[in-house]
Amino acid sequence: MAADLKIALVGNPNTGKSTLFNLLTGLNQKIGNFPGITVDKKTGFCKIGDDKTAEVVDLPGTYSLYPKSKDESIVFQILADRENRSHPDLIVLVADATNLRRNLLLYTQVADLQIPVILALNMTDMAKKEGLAIDIDQLSKNLGVQVVAISARNNIGLKELKEAIANAPSIPTQEPGTDIQVLAPEAIAATGQLIKTTNPYFALQVLHQHSEMDIYTPEQHQQLNQIASEHNFESSKIQTAETVARYRYLGTILSGIITDTGAQKKFIMSDRIDKVLTHKVWGFAIFLLILLFVFNAIFSWSAYPMDMIEEGFARLTDLGHEHLPEGMLTDLLLDGVVAGLGGIVIFIPQIAILFALISIMEDTGYMARVTFMMDRIMRKFGLSGKSVVPMIGSLACAVPSIMSARNIENWKDRIITIMVAPLVSCSARLPVYTLLISLIIPDEKVLGFISLQALTLMGMYLISIIAAVLVAFVMKFLIKAKEKSYFIMEMPVYQRPRWNNVLLTMYEKSKTFVFEAGKVIIAISIVLWVMASFGPSDRFERIDQKYEKIELQQDSLAISTLERDRSAEKLENSYVGILGQTIEPAIRPLGFDWKIGIALITSFAAREAFVGTMATIYSVDSADEEATTIRNKLKGATDANTGLPLFTFATGFSLMLFYAFAMQCMSTVAIVYRETKSWKWPMIQLVYMTALAYFASLIAYQLLR
Amino acid sequence: MNLSQLTPGERGTIVSFTDLEMSVKLMEMGCLPGEIVEVERFAPLGDPIAIRVAGYQLCLRKNEASVIIIS
Ligand SMILES: Nc1nc2c(ncn2[C@@H]2O[C@H](COP(=O)(O)OP(=O)(O)OP(=O)(O)O)[C@@H](O)[C@H]2O)c(=O)[nH]1
Ligand SMILES: [Mg+2]
Repeated sequence: MAADLKIALVGNPNTGKSTLFNLLTGLNQKIGNFPGITVDKKTGFCKIGDDKTAEVVDLPGTYSLYPKSKDESIVFQILADRENRSHPDLIVLVADATNLRRNLLLYTQVADLQIPVILALNMTDMAKKEGLAIDIDQLSKNLGVQVVAISARNNIGLKELKEAIANAPSIPTQEPGTDIQVLAPEAIAATGQLIKTTNPYFALQVLHQHSEMDIYTPEQHQQLNQIASEHNFESSKIQTAETVARYRYLGTILSGIITDTGAQKKFIMSDRIDKVLTHKVWGFAIFLLILLFVFNAIFSWSAYPMDMIEEGFARLTDLGHEHLPEGMLTDLLLDGVVAGLGGIVIFIPQIAILFALISIMEDTGYMARVTFMMDRIMRKFGLSGKSVVPMIGSLACAVPSIMSARNIENWKDRIITIMVAPLVSCSARLPVYTLLISLIIPDEKVLGFISLQALTLMGMYLISIIAAVLVAFVMKFLIKAKEKSYFIMEMPVYQRPRWNNVLLTMYEKSKTFVFEAGKVIIAISIVLWVMASFGPSDRFERIDQKYEKIELQQDSLAISTLERDRSAEKLENSYVGILGQTIEPAIRPLGFDWKIGIALITSFAAREAFVGTMATIYSVDSADEEATTIRNKLKGATDANTGLPLFTFATGFSLMLFYAFAMQCMSTVAIVYRETKSWKWPMIQLVYMTALAYFASLIAYQLLR
Repeated sequence: MNLSQLTPGERGTIVSFTDLEMSVKLMEMGCLPGEIVEVERFAPLGDPIAIRVAGYQLCLRKNEASVIIIS
């Protein structure tokens, strides 16, 4: 779409930029009551006036144009580079009206870049509750730009904001603010000459940050370094002086603008809640209880819908077998695709509940308290309090969580978080665990009310979290720190969760899960089924001849199991059979036969493939039409070598451990590569996780068998 | 005296910082010389701490709080 105008939403973290973005564009950018939810730019379109379309860019929040973390650096990159695709014609600076002075610091910096600006004062509903009155007209006069009061959460002031955007002049109108020149007169002049700019603030910024900017040539970088050393340019000192000067300027701008009638402060309520939720003793107890509640909810609330889905799919398969013509294509459709999809769809209730609960924790502001409480512990293990968010998020999926680690300022903390996040059991492991647990753990209650199966599942999650923390601890000693680690975070006040947002998250996440996993599963099912149904032709011929001979001999015992033996032998000699047998020697010590080996191979791309693969293999294998659900098929499965039941406790547990630790997710490898910009980290991760999985399974199986 | 020596409920006025790099970040977040800070609470394990400054709540580690000189 061609846009008439490009707009960027800029502001401090947690001021409601994404909320406003969603209002303007109708998209569903993630929102949460936590500073640093948005970590990448996101583009949408919006109608302005009758005939104009604007391209709107939502950006990560930042306190200043000097970035402290990777997500924040995006803002300066876009604003400083006129050639950047997203470089705006107009900036809407979203400021929190309840904390105007600090929010306007960024405004003054942005205004000095000489890009047209509109100031949107958000959270005016809260400001009103607090008894803060802001003289909008006077503020607008003092700053020389349009100021609009809005409340994005309540959809107030949107019309006025759009009008302001439509009326915005294409040249900057802001009043000159602080005198920048005095900060480093010679250095600024020299830089201005070198990069050909008349804007002193831009020159100053370039001098501070050019090493992070890729728009200059190596010679230019060198020259800039020379200017800095020639003029004794001390970056930190000058930044401090700039900040002090800006606040002084804001003092005069804001005098007489804000009247505080001293009504109830927003944080009084928050304080009361925090007295309990971050209490010395109760704090952790409540956090643990909440986690327990989450797991219990995942299990007990979803039991009923899951049963229904399972039954539905079993019925669908039956119906298919009845009505579709018998043959290869039907088998592929029913045993491969439908069974595989059934294995995914059944987990929608659990995934929806998990995402809902995490989103409530974020939306209320509780997640910020968790980072606060956990920082001390996490630091001991080479992580930071902020690592808690990606780690809890990894319970759902590691891919977005690894991205969210961008708001961890310290490089080492961030790398370690990225390296261990995929160890935390994600929702894609849930199908594997649930299936295996139902095979090896009796459906009994402990103490009369806690399900043993649910307890085992929680145990698996616990094991995965402990593993993540221990690996982090080891890495703490192996990875060298580049800079000092710190933890300075704004604590948002508690907010009521927005239920429609929670519902939307449930819907969106389930949809993505089904579609993403569905694509992979259908593709893998087809390839797998073909490879399981065909094999080297000489081998297949030999099998056919052998069974024809048996049929002729009319041995009654052999004939009763004839079809079954024949398909089993064919599978063994099919392409996947051969593949599975090739790797069997390596996995035999873990208690796996070659059929499980096949599942391990298909799970390499995505672990979601496990259930579908098992379904396909055991369907091709058995002629038993009775067993329609995957669970029943696997219950009857026997070890291909010994003939004993396959899923003993030792094998099942060993297999669960393997899935808990192994890196079986191409998307994660890809995102780690993207986030670290090198193959080194994803490769280290792949190797250490595979090794961990292998040895954990080996030890478990050898001890338990 | 520095900020990490206060106990919950106590206040002070920011005078200066002992670490230049940290001071940039802290000032950008509103911790300016002359501002009144109040320690609100400690995390359950005693670190980090939550302070109230310039009308909002900020949490930081004791280590970082110790660079803030108060009176
Ligand atoms: N009371 C109130 N809350 C709001 C308003 N606008 C947004 N919020 C809430 O503020 C929180 C942050 O909103 P986001 O839109 O995620 O903020 P953001 O600026 O995109 O945050 P980052 O991406 O972290 O920089 C959420 O809990 C919103 O519900 C408003 O006008 N009034
Ligand atoms: Mg956002």
